[in-house]
Parts: sequence; C-alpha cells; structure tokens
Amino acid sequence: MNSDSQSTEPVMTGSEDSAGKVADGDALSPGHPQTAGAAAARSAAGTTGSNRPAPEIMRGLRATASAPDQISILSPEGELTAHPDYPLDVTPELVRGLYRDMVLVRRFDREGNALQRQGQLGLWVPLLGQEAAQIGSGRAMRPRDMAFPSYREHGVAWTRGVDPVDILGMFRGIDHGSWNPAEKRFGQYTIVIGNQAPIAVGYAMGQRLDGAIGDDENAEASIVYFGDGATSEGDIHEGMVFGAAFSAPVVFFCQNNQWAISAPLETQTRVPLYRRANAYGFPGLRVDGNDVLAVLAVTKWALDECRTGNGPVMIEAFTYRMDAHTTSDDPTRYRLADETESWRLLDPIERVKAYLARNGLADAAFFDQVQVEADELAARFRAHCVELEPPTSERMFSRVYTDPSAQLAAQQAEHEEYQAGFADTEAVSR
Amino acid sequence: MTEIKLTLAKALNTALRDAMELDDKVVVFGEDVGKLGGVFRITDGLQKDFGEHRIWDSPLAESGIVGTAIGLAMRGYRPVVEIQFDGFVFPAFDMIISQLAKLTFRSQGAWKMPVVIRIPFGGGIGAVEHHSESPESFFCHIAGLKVVACSNPSDAYHMLRQAIACDDPVVFFEPKRRYYDKAVVDVSATGEDYFTSKTLTQGQTCTIASYGPSMPVALAAAEAAAAEGRSLEVIDLRSLSPLDLGPVVESVKRTGRLVVVSEAPRESSISSDIAARVTEEAFYSLAAPVLRVAGFDTPYPPAKLEEEYLPSLDRILEAVDRTLSY
Repeated sequence: MNSDSQSTEPVMTGSEDSAGKVADGDALSPGHPQTAGAAAARSAAGTTGSNRPAPEIMRGLRATASAPDQISILSPEGELTAHPDYPLDVTPELVRGLYRDMVLVRRFDREGNALQRQGQLGLWVPLLGQEAAQIGSGRAMRPRDMAFPSYREHGVAWTRGVDPVDILGMFRGIDHGSWNPAEKRFGQYTIVIGNQAPIAVGYAMGQRLDGAIGDDENAEASIVYFGDGATSEGDIHEGMVFGAAFSAPVVFFCQNNQWAISAPLETQTRVPLYRRANAYGFPGLRVDGNDVLAVLAVTKWALDECRTGNGPVMIEAFTYRMDAHTTSDDPTRYRLADETESWRLLDPIERVKAYLARNGLADAAFFDQVQVEADELAARFRAHCVELEPPTSERMFSRVYTDPSAQLAAQQAEHEEYQAGFADTEAVSR
Repeated sequence: MTEIKLTLAKALNTALRDAMELDDKVVVFGEDVGKLGGVFRITDGLQKDFGEHRIWDSPLAESGIVGTAIGLAMRGYRPVVEIQFDGFVFPAFDMIISQLAKLTFRSQGAWKMPVVIRIPFGGGIGAVEHHSESPESFFCHIAGLKVVACSNPSDAYHMLRQAIACDDPVVFFEPKRRYYDKAVVDVSATGEDYFTSKTLTQGQTCTIASYGPSMPVALAAAEAAAAEGRSLEVIDLRSLSPLDLGPVVESVKRTGRLVVVSEAPRESSISSDIAARVTEEAFYSLAAPVLRVAGFDTPYPPAKLEEEYLPSLDRILEAVDRTLSY
C-alpha cells in the first residue's frame, strides 16, 4: 500500500450506491490488497457514503482532510463559530484558563522529553499536539466523575488535580504512578492497550447501581481514554458491548492521533472510528481534537447524556501525535515530515492564542505570565525528578496482597538476610 | 451449629446466598447465571430472590466479565463472577494477570480487589474439548492472586464465604465432577482459616498431597493401602497460592515419602513446585524422591481416554510402591 496506488484509482463520479459498490468490490478482491487499502484510506478519511471521491487524499496526508461531520467551534485561524448542537458559554475567563492549562501541560511534557534525553527518565510518553483533546475533555468533567486513562493522558491528569511530578516516578522506575487514583478520580496509567475500557464500564455500572445518575448535581459519569490503535483491541469491543448492554454512564473517548506507533489509521479501520458507535447502538461523534472549545462542548454534552442515563457515548477526537510514540520511537522511519508540518498549522494552542489576542481578551502581560508559570512548573518538575530516590527493596514486597502472605513474608526475610550480608562489604568499600 | 446435608453444588449456592444476604455489595454475574442459574446451577434461584441488580447475565465475553468486575470493585462492590468452564478463562487471562492481580500493588493499596472468579475445573465428565482442563498453575504463577480449590461440600461452602470476604482477588476452582457429592455442612460461622492445608487421614507410610477433584481418589487410595497394611497420610492443600506447605513438610518429616496428586499436566505445575519446596525444606527427612501422579503433558485427551489421563487409585498406589522401593 503506497501513495501511488491512490493515483491509479478510478475517479468515481457516480451515485452513492455506485461508490459503495466499488468499495465493496475492492474489499472482495483478495488479489488486490492495494486497492482495498485505498478504499480503506478513503473510508478512514470520512468520505464513505459521500458521492465525492477523494483522489487528492494521499497516504500520509489523508489525516489532514477535514471530515464533513467533524464538530468544531474554534477554527485553526482562531475564528469562533458557535455550534448549534453543542452550546458553550465561551467567557474570556474560560478561554484564558484553557490556554493556561494547555501551555503548562505542553511545557512539562517537553521537560519530560528533555529529562529522558538527559538520562533522568527511562522513558517519556509525549502528548505534544493532543493538548486540546485532553484539556477540553478533562475540563468537561465534574469533580465526582471518574476518568480512566491510557498512558499519554498527562493533560487529563492535570485537570484532575494530579500533580505532574507524581507522573514522573513511573518513568524513572520509582513506582507505577504515585497519585491516589481513588481520591483523584483518575485511574492509574494503563499500559496494556485497551484494558481500561471494560474496567471503566464496570465502574460506570457501579455508578448506575449506586443510583448516582440523574439530574441532580451529585450525578456522576465515567470517561475512558484510548487511542486509534486501541480500537482494534478486543477489550475496546467488549467494553462497548458491556457499556451498551448495561446503559453504563461512560464516555468512550478516543484520541485518534492517526498513528499507533508506526501503524497508520488505515491499518486499524476502514470506517471513521466514531461510526463504530452506531454498531453498538449509542451515539458516536467526531470532534476536531485540536479545538479545545469543541472538545469541551462535546464532552460536556456526552458526560451529561451519561449522567442522566443516556449513556454510553463515543467521541472520536481527531488529532495528531506531533512527537514520537515515546522517547524510544523514531517516527522519521515511517511518516513524512510534510504530514507533521501540515498538522502544525492546526496547532491546538496557537488558535486559542490568536482568538484571545485578536479579540483583546488577553494582553501580552497575560501571555508572559503564563509562560513564566509554565517555566516555573517545568523547573519544579525537573527538580522533583532528579531528587527522586530509588525505592528500597521493601517496596518490591509491599501490597502484593492486602492480606500479607506468610510465603511472601518468608521470601522477603530471606532476601533481606541476603542483602544484609553485603552491609560490611559496603562499609569497607566506602 | 447449623448442620445440613448438601451437595457441593448446593453448598456453593448456599454460600453465595448467605454472602449476598449479609452484604448488599456482593454481586454475582457471568454467562447464563441469571434465569438459567448457571450451566451447573450453582447460582440457581439467586436472581429470582435477589433481583437483577444483584445477579445478572453478562454478555458472552470473559475479558469483559473480569474487567467490569474490576471496575465494580473499584466502586466498592464485591463481585463474584462465574467463568463457565476452565477452558474458557483464557480470553480473560490478560485482564486477570495484567490488571486484577496487579492493581493493589500498582496503587499500593489505594485499590482493593475483592473479586472472586469461580471456575469449574478438571475432567471426568466425558466432555468435549476445553471443558475438562486444569489451568490452576497459570494463576498460581501470578503474584497478587489467591488461588484455591475446594474438594468437598463443607469446604466449598466455607472457602467460598472466605473468598468473598477476602479483599484480594481469589481464583476459586470448583471440582466439577464432584458437584453432586453430598455431605453434611455446618453453615454456622467457624472463624477458621480455610485457605490452609488440611490433613484428612493420619499415616506413617507415605504422605499424599492433593487438592480438588483428586481428593476422593487419594482418600480411596488410602483406604485401599490400609487393607494392605500401609497407612497413607492424605493432605488436602485447599490453597494453591499461596501454598500452606507447613503441614506437608511436617508430615514428610514423619513419613519420609511424598506423592503429589493433581489432574493438571505434570511439568511446571503445582506438583513440581511442591516437589521442589519439600526438597528444600525437608531434604534430610526424605527417604525417596518426591513423586508426582498427574495429568500427562498432552492436551486434554478425547473423553474416552480421560480415565487413563486422570490420576487413578492404581496410579497413586503404584507411585507409593515406587517411593517404598528406595
């Protein structure tokens, strides 16, 4: 499958039906995987069902094509257009707050990359480019709502009051995430792709069983984060099946950042991801994932639907992973710089800055102040990181069970005795 | 004392009922556990009496069953889920290993995982493939899980009550070919720890350690051996992880011989582990190597061959003979 195969596609100018037939024919041609792939690329770009073919969509650039049914409020140029179905009270204070959130989150995310490059972290998982998807959805939550992240959701963590420094331990090999997930109502990072979906649904089933849904202000909902790659996992399917079967108050929030490490979207799907919700019998929406206002408005709506008993809802936040999958990844091996550059024009923060500046809702002092705050946060993030002490061996045996086991206690004692044997040697060598 | 005569299946049903009555956070779900009462009727009548908000049929998806159980546990519930057959647990394996077993450790106690996964296990019922397996060793290898197997109606009742009361995840193996064994059960609370090894018969010739469906076979072997003037000390392990090895080691120190009996394939198994640990802890007391009578290292055979595959009275006695030949 390559970009050449696209250019050889016949231009389809017929009706919706004929376009559909061609696509089906492609799918059934086992000897022509390239053709089927091309059809898939068109589908993934949101043009299936339209009588407009999309010969201009090339692999690697297809993701920049805006889907006709994508919800947006703030354009990449910073122009605001209210959406009739997803109303949002856009106050200057709100927009300034979202701007601040995104700048701060991006700043400590960049610091994470730097710390890894300097050997202070074993790994960092950058969120660059996904700030709007995370801050918009995170700020849509009420305090009692529960969020289940994957592992890139540093921005959502920020909105849940998790101190960014508490994310460092897991990437420095100190712990597996040191925030309290029950208190913050933000689950621990889930590294096995998709596992968090059935778990989130179970939690949401509990919210329903507790009678915590309804119109009152204590009503609750859950939101689960996953990526485009995760949609291929069985657990996402099972989560959606269970969510639907029990009308669980859960928002399935897919950050489609176009890449699952090196695998592009069309490796995972032939249809736009949000349309998969139809098959489970609940609404699926695609939102401009780089438009923090649209993400906020749509996620608020979705959480409200869930809170009042109309869950689940699926949201596909159409965004882009501007950096590598992790600091161990090298995206130059599998994607074109052109693609990244084209997405840079859609930056989630710049459009908010343009909107604030152009409309006189924030002055230079505000932007400077946010930058100072961001640098301070980064400095604190860095200082905390380098000061983190490695855990003692006790941590290894701690809380394997709630109820301690004699077998493990014996193993721990044996290990401690072994370790103690080095005490004298160490004293001498020092 | 409240003594009633129950089948093992009914003892489990009674344990679920009593636990649900005691604590309304106890919820039960799985495939066909509602109206049908489960394919083995372990949950019979519970939905009628407790309602669909306490016991419900889940979609046919094991990872979803265990995953939603984890989420419910985070929400303060105490889920008891049924996996329909031993061979069907593997779609949930990832969820059990990657999440259920590790969440307490990962969160350093912020999450407790009081989840019970009930699994009918073992062969002897003439079933088709995937319905007769003994996958317990897989779970014993995973830190954070408790793995137990009951062998009789009384233990079935009390061990399930203890599993439901436990704040750690428990994989609860039920010997499906013993579901209809009947015995007197004292259902009053005893305060006893049932996740321990229990010595069932005293003996001097050789120790037999086993669990689950093989226990009645081991006891029959002891009876047959007695007729030949040999006394076997039979121990029901009950808790497979963590193992309560103390009573086994203590017994081996007196008998000098140990045969471990298990339906599971022999290598890298619970029986292997017991052999290794008894060698470590009772080396100078052993008069013979620890022998294992177990399933073969083959996939579970077609049912017409399972009598050959499963540990039998004769295979146990033959192993005892071999330990005596040293």
